[in-house]
Amino acid sequence: MTDQKVPDLRADAVAKRFAGHAAVDSLSFAVERGSFFSILGPSGCGKTTLLRMIAGFIAPDSGDIQIGGRSMQGVAPNRRPVNMVFQQLALFPMMSVGENVSFGLARRGIGGAERRKRSEAMLERVGLGGASEKRVDQLSGGQRQRVAIARSLVLEPTLLLLDEPLGALDLKLREHMKIELKKLQASFGTTFVYITHDQSEALVLSDRVAVMNQGRFEQLGSPQDLYYRPLTPFVAAFVGANNRIVGRAHAIDGEIIEVVTPGGWHINAARSGAIAAGDAVEAFVRPEVAILARSRAELPAQQPCHEGTVESLLFDGANSAVLLNEARTNQEFRIALPQTGQFADLRPGERIDFSFAPDRAVCFPARAAALVQDD
Amino acid sequence: MLILLLAPAILWLLGLIVLPHVDLAVLSLRERIGPREYTPSLAQYRTFFLEPLYWHVFVRTAVMSIISTALTLLVAFPIAWVIAKVARGRGGSLLFLICLIPFWVSETVRTLGWMILLRESGVLPALLVHLGITPEPVELLYHDATLLVGLVYTSMLFMVVPLVSALESLDDSLIEAAYDLGANGFAILRTIIIPHAAPGITAGCIVVFMLTLGNYLTPTLLGGKNSQWFTETIYTQFITRFNWEQGAAFGFLLLALSTLIVWGGLKLAGQRFGEVMQQT
Amino acid sequence: MIPSLPRPAWLRAGTSLTVATFLLFLFLPLIVVAVFAFNNAPYPAPPWRGFTLDWFLGNQALGRIGMFQDTELLASIGTSCLVAVWVTVLSVLLGTTNAFLIERCRFPGKQALSFLMLAPLVIPGVILGISILAFASRLADLADDMFGLELDFLRPGLPLVVLGQFSYIATIATLTVSARLKRFDRTLEEAALNLGASQAALFRTILLPYLRPALIGSAAISFLMSFADFNTTLMLVGSDSPLTVMMYGRMREGATPVVNAVSLFLMIASALLALSLLRRGKAAKR
Repeated sequence: MTDQKVPDLRADAVAKRFAGHAAVDSLSFAVERGSFFSILGPSGCGKTTLLRMIAGFIAPDSGDIQIGGRSMQGVAPNRRPVNMVFQQLALFPMMSVGENVSFGLARRGIGGAERRKRSEAMLERVGLGGASEKRVDQLSGGQRQRVAIARSLVLEPTLLLLDEPLGALDLKLREHMKIELKKLQASFGTTFVYITHDQSEALVLSDRVAVMNQGRFEQLGSPQDLYYRPLTPFVAAFVGANNRIVGRAHAIDGEIIEVVTPGGWHINAARSGAIAAGDAVEAFVRPEVAILARSRAELPAQQPCHEGTVESLLFDGANSAVLLNEARTNQEFRIALPQTGQFADLRPGERIDFSFAPDRAVCFPARAAALVQDD
Repeated sequence: MLILLLAPAILWLLGLIVLPHVDLAVLSLRERIGPREYTPSLAQYRTFFLEPLYWHVFVRTAVMSIISTALTLLVAFPIAWVIAKVARGRGGSLLFLICLIPFWVSETVRTLGWMILLRESGVLPALLVHLGITPEPVELLYHDATLLVGLVYTSMLFMVVPLVSALESLDDSLIEAAYDLGANGFAILRTIIIPHAAPGITAGCIVVFMLTLGNYLTPTLLGGKNSQWFTETIYTQFITRFNWEQGAAFGFLLLALSTLIVWGGLKLAGQRFGEVMQQT
Repeated sequence: MIPSLPRPAWLRAGTSLTVATFLLFLFLPLIVVAVFAFNNAPYPAPPWRGFTLDWFLGNQALGRIGMFQDTELLASIGTSCLVAVWVTVLSVLLGTTNAFLIERCRFPGKQALSFLMLAPLVIPGVILGISILAFASRLADLADDMFGLELDFLRPGLPLVVLGQFSYIATIATLTVSARLKRFDRTLEEAALNLGASQAALFRTILLPYLRPALIGSAAISFLMSFADFNTTLMLVGSDSPLTVMMYGRMREGATPVVNAVSLFLMIASALLALSLLRRGKAAKR
């Protein structure tokens, strides 16, 4: 069991169908010991079903789930070395904080004194020392969160499952809890499996992220991989902000594709996947990849240059951006404003030049029409 | 505006509840010493304590009511659980509706049904003979067990309704969380479900106990002469013997008993009356 | 346990069996009552002697008096209806004023008053009956002694039956109406006032339509409870017996299946009432 090679969680071709529609479609993956693994996807993508299968509340139609190298087929949820932090936390309102944390220990038949000692030590570790006697409804949202995690971790599970536990918190607290969760995971070293629809949570927290869509993993990799090297248009559109440009491959020059939009705008982007001239394609350009300039001469000479009109300024502190309309086609294009405040004086209607390095933009074969979403 | 709204309420509570009960108390505390001549006395209560028959009926009524309430809870709980948690959705509300239907019909009709089923010339004795279980029809009415069946049946609704609403409000994820933390079915029942449903259970038990204690129809018809129900004693004193003083004292004793047990039940469950009545 | 937890086969089978047994327990008495309304025998008891409608349509000539010819029984149904209408009207009116009193007014002693309003539910019906009987009789005696007035309505009879039933059914109506009023969104009221509605217009156009389902529901419940009441009624009844008291008397003597016929009638009537209410409820939700 101490063999570092055995992954804490392993899924082999796990599938589940509901009323003829595949909620989870033959998934296989492994989660390394001690890592923070996130499953990121829009609501209805099947991530909750997957999590509940790992917890044992739903039985897979086919495939196998192994936890700590042991197959979980036919193992009831209360016998799995897995604990779960529920979306609404599911703290027991009829018990005190201490009773909540020692609940699982009591079920294992551990004596009162020992239970008390362990639960208090655990509360101490999550920064809630002395809160044992409090009622659950006396705690703040963040404190409840920590009780829910303490309640599970006190049982020393192989795997901790977290079902969007930050969803119910307000923005400020959510930012704070993100950092706290990451610290907790680092200090306990327990393997976390976390599901969320919030890409920022997944990117900040995880060692590895699986982007899930329609019951399948679109991509599994590090947060950096997902952000900088998306493998599918879905990942490119879902993770982080992106400008999406739909068109046809006009010319191919090695790894660089020249895309032309229906309106006749030409841009260059790096190829991802098999593309032949004339194919329908989708290109993505991140707002921070493009550079603005008031005159062409200030832009890097080797990059194709584009021209636009300022539509509006989107001020958001460090994330401020400008929304342009490309001069010829009026296509919307978003560019991050440099932190220097250089373009803070832009006015709507002003003409401006911009360019981006083709190898930092990415071009995919267009998805089937049904899958193309306007975002 | 306030006076306009307050007046009918005061009229109702004072005229039909408070004053009649005060009057009943006064009535129970006097003794008839001659035609239309009365004197304050505790004679009525003394009679109760000195006469073993009254005592016996009183205690018996209380004990039977408690047993009947406990049985009602035991029968209603699994059904309420199925309605609230297993069938749920359309199936659950349909089942709930079906369970409510019999109680739209008056108690008289339901008791008639039990009489036709259970009396010596009734359906079940005939069936028992037909199946060869008993050689000739047996009288199934007028037993304590029969009386309990009738009482449980009559008060079922008042237990099922608060239980269903209490159980419906229990979040499934609490049960899943408990299970996930290693609890088995029994531990979940003890640590999660019963504490959560306690107000509903208390509410159901109080209402059922009260209705059972005050029931008159079922004991007289299903229990017959053997039922020895305290409400019959009150009726006899009041209506048959026209001894209102004695009847009033008995009425007060029954009220005291019901209040005492309801209060004790609330204490035991750590509940407050107001909160509990919200549940019904 | 709940469906998301593993349920072994025996537990599922046990659940179905429990539900089936329970439903049998619930409905067996009613089915038996209904079936024996059609038995061609002088008593509602087995064996089955063939189908007959005598207990509905029979008359003197047939030697069996069916429910439609049984004047005593028909009169008692009339009495029950009369009592129930009075109790319903009084209870719904008081329930509505009480709801506004509890939900909208502030006054010292409100807590105690709303507590007292619940009391009729925990006083046994028999005791409500005797206390009102004793009190009313004493008032009547007093009036007779002091002023020589003969106040008949305070003697056992229908007015007292109405008051006795009303004393506790009013609580149920109060709970029903105030539960709905409590959920009313006060901003609707503010919006109406903001748009220039007077208090009277507000009540007529906003509050009353909102409360309608609760008013109809509490009226139906009041009517049914009054119709079915036995304990309180028995103590207060005079010479005119409502249906439950009449049926009780006959059942003690060993009734003919005409009682079954009336019972079947009651079952159908209350089922229809329940269904129409349910329909209304569903329509209102849409």
